[in-house]
Amino acid sequence: MKNEDVKLRCHKIVGGVAEGEALVSHEPICFYLTDPKTGIVREKTHELAGKNLANKILVFPSGKASSVVQIDGLFKLAMHSLAPKAMIVKDVETVLIVSAVLAKVPLVDRLDADPFEAIHTGDSVRVDAEKGIVTIRKQR
Amino acid sequence: MNLTREEERILAGELGEGMKTAMELLVAIGDAFDAEKMIPISRAHAASSGQEGDMYFVELLAKGGAKCRVPTSTNPVYDIELFHRLFKVPKEEAEVARRVMEAYKKVGAILSWSCLPYLTENIPLYGETVAFSESSATPYVNSVIGATTNREAAQSALAAGVMGKTPLYGLHIKENRKGTVQIKVEASLKNSFGYTLLGQFVGEEVGYGIPVLTGIKKRPNTEELINFCAMSNTSGAVSMFHIPGVTVEAPTIKDAFQGDTPKESITVTNADLQRTWEKLQSARGGKIDFVMLGCPHYTLKQIGQTAELIEGKKIHKGVAFWICTSATTRKLAERMGYVETVEKAGGGIVVDTCIDEPCWTVYRDQVGMTDSPKCAYYRRFKDVIVASLEQCVEAAVKGEYT
Repeated sequence: MKNEDVKLRCHKIVGGVAEGEALVSHEPICFYLTDPKTGIVREKTHELAGKNLANKILVFPSGKASSVVQIDGLFKLAMHSLAPKAMIVKDVETVLIVSAVLAKVPLVDRLDADPFEAIHTGDSVRVDAEKGIVTIRKQR
Repeated sequence: MNLTREEERILAGELGEGMKTAMELLVAIGDAFDAEKMIPISRAHAASSGQEGDMYFVELLAKGGAKCRVPTSTNPVYDIELFHRLFKVPKEEAEVARRVMEAYKKVGAILSWSCLPYLTENIPLYGETVAFSESSATPYVNSVIGATTNREAAQSALAAGVMGKTPLYGLHIKENRKGTVQIKVEASLKNSFGYTLLGQFVGEEVGYGIPVLTGIKKRPNTEELINFCAMSNTSGAVSMFHIPGVTVEAPTIKDAFQGDTPKESITVTNADLQRTWEKLQSARGGKIDFVMLGCPHYTLKQIGQTAELIEGKKIHKGVAFWICTSATTRKLAERMGYVETVEKAGGGIVVDTCIDEPCWTVYRDQVGMTDSPKCAYYRRFKDVIVASLEQCVEAAVKGEYT
């Protein structure tokens, strides 16, 4: 593969621009089950167990768990400056939107390619929610 | 999204920062779901929680001068004075609770501090458009009452209450209210705890979706439906369900699926519910330190049942026994003599709170027993046994579960 950027269109839910390293989860995420002081996923059976989602471009299918804990979880991470830099999801629900608005984390969906095929953990990704563009730079 | 002139002005901040913040959140949600416009709501329920994310948003609205335009009730937090007398509550935690309660008062919410507002303090009617957060409230209001609400977060419900509006999307649209999966109930559902386990099972199996329950022989009562709602919307995200012949939008199974044939069906047997029950236990039995009932809040009927079971008995030395309920229900329970009966036996009935509040940290390293998988799910204590009310009372008296 050539060292070319892949540009995908996306749908803005919560605005902003962010750039960073991708972390991909094929399972839904509950932010309450991460350590608010480190950003490490504590849910033992989760595929990201032990991984750190702080300041990553987080790619995952959807949120999960009750509204109270989900929002408080992401908000606490944000208070410690450990929230993901941006979030790319497949299915949105109201609770995840509210979480992202409160924590001020850019959130996009509807990429014009399957995000799990286009993006892999370690890729350098830029999310421009304002322009509706996700740029992926493959890891060399 | 098409906004009216007034909505545009609110978004531009002309009616204050609080209203602007609420509108920004509603517009973000509307845009995410391609909502065409805002629609009026008649009431809201904010699942306030006395936690930091909750405090941040309600204070932002309160400081910005926002006031609820439609009746907006609130979820449990806790009575700081009472808990300071009972145990030590960490100072920082109590301060968060105090600020949250003050801010909800300032925005003009109904200070119900109850998770069952739809029974007493803030009751929607059939066909109303509302914004109700809280696990049992969302599915109960949609399915049992037949008002329409999405699966709101505390903040989106509060924003809707302040604005008197919500984006037109999801369960406010009739086509989205049709069943997605048939649940063939072969389990016998002998008592109300059966509905608790059924809710737990259905939520786990369905995840997001609208289950249609068939094969239920005896009509469920209010408490059984409340428990089904709370559990299925905690173990899964069930915002609505149908029971043909019982819930209002489905006189028949055909109505439940809006004329379509179900694509998927799941059968649930006694053995499935037994397995669901076993999976909930983190302790096998033995000595217990406390019993926690009332998640969701106990109704007057459930408090009466508890009083009847415990009358003339003594709760074992060293075991704490709590029932959580609303202030209005406790008042009636006092009048009926239930409070006195429970207190004489050594238990307590506490208002305005919930197991998921930091006021209970004293039980963090102890073994608890409850009739609610939702209460167990919060994991505010070391080990938990989930069983029926009768078994909880029996264990409280014996000091152990066998």
